[in-house]
Order: sequence, then structure tokens, then C-alpha cells
Amino acid sequence: MSEFSRADVCAVAVAETFRGDGEILVSPIGLLPQVGAKLAKLSFEPEILLTDGVASLLANVEPVGAPLANPVYEGWMPYRLVFDTLWSGSRHVMMGATQVDRYGNQNIAAIGDFAKPKAQLLGMRGAPGNTLNHPTSYWVPNHSPKVFVEKVDVVSGVGYDRAAQLSAASRRFHEIRRVVSNLGVFDFETPDHQMRLVSVHPGVSVADVQENTGFELVVEGDVPESRTPSDEELSLLRERIDPQGLREKEIRG
Amino acid sequence: MDKRTTLVEAVSELRSGMTIGIGGWGSRRKPMAVVREILRRDLKDLTVVSYGGPDVGLLCALGRVKRLIYGFVSLDSIPLEPHFRKARQSGSIEAWEMDEGMFQWGLYAAALRLPFLPTRSGLGSDVMSVNPYLKTVCSPYEDGEELVAMPAIELDVAFVHMNRADSGGNGQFLGPDPFFDDLFCKAAKRRFLTCEKLVPTEKLLNEGSVQTLKLNRSMVDGVIETPNGAHFTECPPDYERDEAFQREYAATAKDAEAWEAFKARYLDLESESAYQEALAAR
Repeated sequence: MSEFSRADVCAVAVAETFRGDGEILVSPIGLLPQVGAKLAKLSFEPEILLTDGVASLLANVEPVGAPLANPVYEGWMPYRLVFDTLWSGSRHVMMGATQVDRYGNQNIAAIGDFAKPKAQLLGMRGAPGNTLNHPTSYWVPNHSPKVFVEKVDVVSGVGYDRAAQLSAASRRFHEIRRVVSNLGVFDFETPDHQMRLVSVHPGVSVADVQENTGFELVVEGDVPESRTPSDEELSLLRERIDPQGLREKEIRG
Repeated sequence: MDKRTTLVEAVSELRSGMTIGIGGWGSRRKPMAVVREILRRDLKDLTVVSYGGPDVGLLCALGRVKRLIYGFVSLDSIPLEPHFRKARQSGSIEAWEMDEGMFQWGLYAAALRLPFLPTRSGLGSDVMSVNPYLKTVCSPYEDGEELVAMPAIELDVAFVHMNRADSGGNGQFLGPDPFFDDLFCKAAKRRFLTCEKLVPTEKLLNEGSVQTLKLNRSMVDGVIETPNGAHFTECPPDYERDEAFQREYAATAKDAEAWEAFKARYLDLESESAYQEALAAR
């Protein structure tokens, strides 16, 4: 097998979060999520719908970080239709998270007191609606106790403990599918939906992950290594999806 | 019907304390000529409703905003609007921050003259606690589901910018996304449309299909031709974002001297045409 980087492993882990999604809109926010979504579309999940990042659906896959060379447009997706699509549920989004906690609550709004924050972040954006209406996953390029916190300062994306306080009807479309970081892959498939370590990336130990996490993770038995990229996936990443190697710049160690 | 007017006349309708809606999205197709005209006036305590970009940043930086109703404020290529960030961190504005989709629902409710529209979005998140005026309703049907009753966001005045318009107020977007400009107009008592170019009605379909005529004249009270009026935001296909100018603007949030220089050069001017001349002289 060819040599691969941590970023390549992350791209495969991101792609895996979209496995089985089928013919729905996949919205990857950020560079590595885009790389992973394109990898999924070119390999095992060809039916997913991806936009050009503006307001059109692209039938083909173009490289990241470059102007579109030969776009094949298959549809129109202005913001209004994105909202309709997300409220209808036929969407899976992967967002970033400045903070995420053990139940999958995500903060992209503010650090500190909301009325006069220490740091204003992006704002709520679509996180409250995304998490109540369709599957949501998170990508964290810099896994640390500052990101994986005991309690987020502001809940933008709704986690499982918050969702549990809602009626069954209100929470019926809530699903935090997975968190992918530069160290490993996480899900919430535990009895009370606390975050579980699913796999560690090659070269990372379970102890490394726990040390960099501000709460105790659920760890069941021997944690496997994250899936490594196949030769075919590596050539897709290097030749078709990210020939400039932009994904390497997003990952710290 | 000739609804042509001027920036000066349109903005003269504003009073301190009003609620104004600004169309566009982030740093895209913003009615910036209007924003610049507002900055020339002694207006304060405005409630600003916007899918925010530099419109919000500039109004905050010059102390015009009391309350902001928004889901985000971004310059797109610079993810967080730095002057907005500064205003928030100094606690100088009242922030009504909500989900982007709820925001649309609020405008839509106002457009339809409904007190609210129900949505699942917002439940369980801190949108409900940081906006304590938000209430929920229960479905009156068998399901009984609890939903957010997103209140109508009623506007005193709305300003939007389009690529083309005729003098009667029919407005055309030629870029990829109409954003929510029609809802801003329908949610407002008074509606002003600025455009890159005024064209005769019979030429409106020369550059785009009938589906690009997003605003019809019943939705608009005044039309103003403002070439390059969305600068420095993008207004495709007429022009892209002026990234160099935007970087210069963004850098002034952390440098008081640079801000004063920027203000003197581009904002403390007597008119939009003086602004366009200052740009040409760069």
C-alpha cells in the first residue's frame, strides 16, 4: 500500500460519515469535509447531491480550491431551497465546532457570556435548525480540551441531553451522526448518547485522545484504528479531488 | 409610473429608532450605496435586520445600531465581520441572534401579515434563551407537537439592490441567488430598490429570463440607479467582490488610525458620486 498522511485518513473518515446517505443533499462546511464528501461521491456514495458552494448543484466532481473548470450543473440550490431541503429532512450537514461536548452540543456562536462575549464567533447560522431536522456531523481539525469541553458556552447545535428534554415529536428527526477530528472518529451510539470513541487514526493512542478531550469519553474494549485509504482512494484524493494538497494544511499532527 | 428617486430622498424618510431591513447576504449584492448614505446622516438607535455583511459592520462601527436581528454577520472570504465582532464584544448592541431559517420565517410571517409562523428550528438550542421573547405553540391537531412560534419581523423600511430595474420598480437579479430580497420588500411598509442599471421595461428580458424578475412594481416604492452601488460586495455578473478593498476595510477594525483614515477617505464624503470618485482614484 502507498504511504498516506493523517489528512488522507481524515478524508476517508469524513467520507465514511456519508456512507448510506443516498440521494440527499450533503453539505460539507469547510475544506476537509468537502474533500471527504467528494471522495464519497466518487467512490461508494455516488448518489449524493453536492453544490458548487454557491447556488447550483454540480453533477460532476471538481477539485477543491480552484475555479470550476468543466462544471456540469444538474440543478439550482439557492439559500431558500437549502432551507426548504433541510426542513424537509433530505440533507446531511457536516459543520465545524468551536466547542463540542459529550452529548454533541455544538457552539459556533460565542465564547463567554452571550450578552457581552469574550469572543463573538460565526453566529448561530443554521445549526439550531440543522440539528433538529436532519443528520448533522462535526469536523474538528484541532482536537484539544478547548474544543472538546465539558459544557459548551452557547448551544448552537442541539446535543442529545438537550434533545431529550424535548417531546418525542419535537426530537424525532434529531441525529448527531458522527464527529471526526484529526485524532479519531466519534459517535453517540451509547445507552444515554454520550460520545464514544469509535476509532483512532493510525499513530494515535486512546490515551492521546483522552488527554486531549475535556471530558471522559466512552471507550468500549479495544478501540480499532480508523480505516486507511485504499490505493484507489489515494489516487482520487491526489489526482482528482485535491491535487494542490490543501487538506494537509488543515491538519495539525 | 415613474418611481425614480435619489439616495438622499429615500434615506431622508428614515428616523432614529426605526427598524430597517437590508437585502443581500453576507458580502453579496448589498445595497451599500444606501448604507453609505445612512452613514452620512445623524441617525441612531436603528434596529437593523439583515443576513449580515459589511452593511452591519459599518452601521455598528459608526454607532447607528441599537438592536441587530440576524443569524450571522460575515464577509464570506473573511468568515466573521470584524467590526460586528468588535461591537458584540464591547456589548454596544442588543443582539437578537437566531437560526438562519427562523430569520427567513420571521420575514415571511411579516410578508404574509401573520403574527408568527411555526417551526421546529430553535427548540433545544440557546436561541430560545438568548432571545427570551421567543415563545412556543402546540399543534392543535392530534400530534400536539410543540413548535417555535417565530414572530413576524415587521420592517419600517427595506432596502435591496438588484442588477437591473425599470423606473416602475420591477427588479431583476442576474446572479446565482435571489437571496430573500422579495421577503424584505414584502415585510416592509416602505421599499426602496437600488440597481446597477435602469432599463426600459421592454428591455428587461434582454439579459435574463422572466423568472429573474424577482420583484414586481407592487413591491417597490422608489427606484434609484446606483452603478457600482453594491461595492465592495459582489454583484455578479456585473462585478465580483473587491477583495483588496474588503481586506483594507477589515483591517481597520484592529487599528484606530487606519479606521480614521478609511473613514476620511471613503465615508466622510458628501455623496455617493464622491465615493465612486475616491474609488477611481485608488
